[in-house]
Amino acid sequence: MRTSAWFGFRDGKWKTEINVRDFIMQNFSPYSEDESFLAGPTKNTTELWEQVMELTKQERDNGGVLNMDTSIVSTITSHGPGYLNIEKEKVVGFQTDQPFKRSLQPFGGIRMAKASLESYGYELDDKVEHVFTEYRKTHNQGVFDAYTPEMKLARKAGIITGLPDAYGRGRIIGDYRRVALYGVDRLISAKKEDLAQIGGNGVMSDDVIRDREETMEQIRALMELKQLAKMYDYDISEPATNAYEAFQWLYFAYLAAIKEQNGAAMSLGRVSTFLDIYMERDILNGLMTEEEAQELVDHFVMKLRLVKFARTPEYNELFSGDPTWVTEAIAGIAKDGTPLVTKNSFRFLHTLTNLGPAPEPNLTVLWSEKLPEKFKRYCASMSIKTSSIQYENDEVMRDVYGDDYGIACCVSAMEIGKQMQFFGARANLAKALLYAINGGKDEILGIQVAPAYEPITTEYLDYEEVTNKYDIMLDWLADLYVNSLNIIHYMHDRYSYERVEMALHDREILRTMACGVAGLSVVADSLSAIKFAKVKAIRNENGNAVDFIIEGDFPKYGNNDDRVDSIAVDLVKKFMNKIKQHKTYRNSLPTQSILTITSNVVYGKKTGTTPDGRKAGEPFAPGANPMHGRDTKGALASLTSVAKLPYDYSLDGISNTFSIVPKALGKDEEIRKANLVGLLDGYTVKGGHHLDINVFERETLLDAMEHPEKYPQLTIRVSGYAVNFIKLTREQQIDVINRTFHEGR
Amino acid sequence: MRKGRIHSVETCGTLDGPGIRYVLFMQGCLLRCQFCHNPDTWKMGDGKEVTVEEVMTDIKAYLPFFKATGGGVTISGGEPLLHTKFLVELFKELKKHGIHTTIDTSGGCFSRSPSFIRLLDELLLLTDLVLLDLKQIDPSKHKALTGMSNEHILDFASYLAEKQIPVWVRHVLVPGKSDFDEDLINLSDFIQTLPNIERVEVLPYHKLGVYKWEALGYDYPLKDTEPPTTERITNAEAILANN
Repeated sequence: MRTSAWFGFRDGKWKTEINVRDFIMQNFSPYSEDESFLAGPTKNTTELWEQVMELTKQERDNGGVLNMDTSIVSTITSHGPGYLNIEKEKVVGFQTDQPFKRSLQPFGGIRMAKASLESYGYELDDKVEHVFTEYRKTHNQGVFDAYTPEMKLARKAGIITGLPDAYGRGRIIGDYRRVALYGVDRLISAKKEDLAQIGGNGVMSDDVIRDREETMEQIRALMELKQLAKMYDYDISEPATNAYEAFQWLYFAYLAAIKEQNGAAMSLGRVSTFLDIYMERDILNGLMTEEEAQELVDHFVMKLRLVKFARTPEYNELFSGDPTWVTEAIAGIAKDGTPLVTKNSFRFLHTLTNLGPAPEPNLTVLWSEKLPEKFKRYCASMSIKTSSIQYENDEVMRDVYGDDYGIACCVSAMEIGKQMQFFGARANLAKALLYAINGGKDEILGIQVAPAYEPITTEYLDYEEVTNKYDIMLDWLADLYVNSLNIIHYMHDRYSYERVEMALHDREILRTMACGVAGLSVVADSLSAIKFAKVKAIRNENGNAVDFIIEGDFPKYGNNDDRVDSIAVDLVKKFMNKIKQHKTYRNSLPTQSILTITSNVVYGKKTGTTPDGRKAGEPFAPGANPMHGRDTKGALASLTSVAKLPYDYSLDGISNTFSIVPKALGKDEEIRKANLVGLLDGYTVKGGHHLDINVFERETLLDAMEHPEKYPQLTIRVSGYAVNFIKLTREQQIDVINRTFHEGR
Repeated sequence: MRKGRIHSVETCGTLDGPGIRYVLFMQGCLLRCQFCHNPDTWKMGDGKEVTVEEVMTDIKAYLPFFKATGGGVTISGGEPLLHTKFLVELFKELKKHGIHTTIDTSGGCFSRSPSFIRLLDELLLLTDLVLLDLKQIDPSKHKALTGMSNEHILDFASYLAEKQIPVWVRHVLVPGKSDFDEDLINLSDFIQTLPNIERVEVLPYHKLGVYKWEALGYDYPLKDTEPPTTERITNAEAILANN
């Protein structure tokens, strides 16, 4: 090993074992001053970004996709090198041999790969189709072989939806930093040591066999990773020796992951403070200026903005706007109380200024009131300027995940390299309530989906009867849901295993079964209406309740009213407790999220009229949000209601998307920053988990709908991710515009 | 527990005092300002009754936000001083929790009668800040604009000075009604006689409340009035900033 690679770094356990956290803790330089040190974009940066914006325009004009590979199956080494401009790029590497060309990834499902090509007018190569139909089974086929008729029906009805049975599950974060710190060879030898251990007691059980096979695949993937770097003329066998190499090594590792998997969320982890250590060393030794440091960050981030996947229209409906969830977790506090804020925390956020706003990477600030004041104000100013940042409560997550966790996708915390999750989309709690009322019959399809339990037949709904029947229905739902997920993840491991991502994990890892719910606020308000007002059911000729008339007023979730907020809290606990009772694949730990991404629109479309007054087909509120326009007591009341939801029962995250008009934050820039910091401090102190912050006027969005060409970079936070507003479907745009905008008074 | 009649609540006010404010809009007002954007708070007896306890339960939930921003509670309306007894009890509770208190008033019901003063003094002891609307210094223009004379309002301003209560003066700038240099200069002169004024704010007239007049079936008197120009706002700020 080139010993100079670690020159100047402080010793620690990290030298003798794979332990990136220890390396960070021993070596990072906390920074508590303001943003005045930051540098603007270099000429190279500006020119490269202009090239990207031109290609983006071409992509938009071309219907959302510029080019697609139709014949080369994407693997870590499938494509030769691709560049934007080799003379100017400080970080190199694309998923295919050219930027903006989407790769072909059939291992998740050949039909999906074909459909995504066809939806943009491309044709799948016959040979590939033949191979993946005749000889090579895919994840999707495996799942459908094992699904029961009941599961297929539940999926069709949309009581469980968005399941990763027809697309890559994603949500796994490789510890890409390991490649920079240790070089690939060291990682391979560590994996070989693991392999020697597995099955050492002589028992060849299913688990041991699978473990041995997976470890061997991981080793193979690491060797391919070296080959990938070779194509770009880099040898990454050994540790990175300077900041440029550290960024490049790390990016190659991430690139290998996205070449191998088009998972729904391909998150990056927590790299900025790690990389800062290399930059500090180079700056100290006179090898790097601040301009060069920022340029390197800008170019790295530019690459992250250009991650692209081929996806089907159905997928886009669920997760609108072409998101990739290259989530990067910034800041947070170390266990010893030191804020993990470095200059690189600022530099990453500063890309929003140098390159303009963008949805990716999904910049996530791990917030605590203990973060340095100047950093907090800088975050607030960037949120006010760009609406591109999400915030998650480091105080509640650190207790559970330590101080080296990242965020997968939107709100799913996991310890980097030590934990992964089986992504489980979500169950539709609002539809389940209608099933409870209608004896398991689907209100839209009119057919029996759940078991034929006794329906409610009274004209006016009785709270006790409804909650009793709902409880039984949720038992059925939790059971079916977890079983479906078990099948999905069994098959995903088998047919579309994330080799390189898992190679960048420890051998012993914690797996979670990440279940989720949609329609929380719809159900809370429905039950509140039934309890505090009178709700009359209107039934069709088959006896199904298809409409409801509410007589009187009732407390609505989102106003800090315990009468209804407690219903929401109870529901979260109840469903988690039901999930917990089930046996999970690979003994994973069951968790739950309250997150819809943009599927709140699809869920709404598939769900009939609910007793809260929401009409059939209307969108749900996203995530844990109160229903649009029902939180009428202002922002603090709305935030306070959501903050009541117990994180202990939703360890996979509780998403809240918040929009406020600039003047409601205060009358001038300085006051607005201070008040936004205060909102975040208050929300986290109250135990709120996640907050997307949008600061803009509704009128801007309306104008962007009419004149998209004027807003090529308009970015908004939707629900755990940000999106280029003009890339949303019109339906999604209208949903966003109809959400509550806090306007103050 | 004593009950008060409120119109509504805004839990995230940022314009009515320092930091983030819990703004309680009381029901009922004696003035009939032509530019009022909350005419639905005028009528006594509308709104809903709440107890001090209920309001406190709600407010206490927001303590972390007040602490983080140096915020607190602002009583607006309607006219808060029509609810002095209720407010005394509420403010006593707020002070137990160290919460900053602000009253946003026009002083429209001020009088030096012993019974009013006794209660007012009790309330002012518990009040950290008064936001005082001085709408027009000229008595006749004031009467035309608000339906009442400004004599007792100016007297109220002097009284707050005697009591050394910190005050932010606010002047709603309505073209053709309260935007004459001569009046602004006189207002500025008056403000200069008051040592307790911490800040003077110009609030440009806007039409956001017009829909409420229409909903209530009232005839909106400023139909033909447009918001002031940036120049006139700067002008008013310059004159009043002489303090």
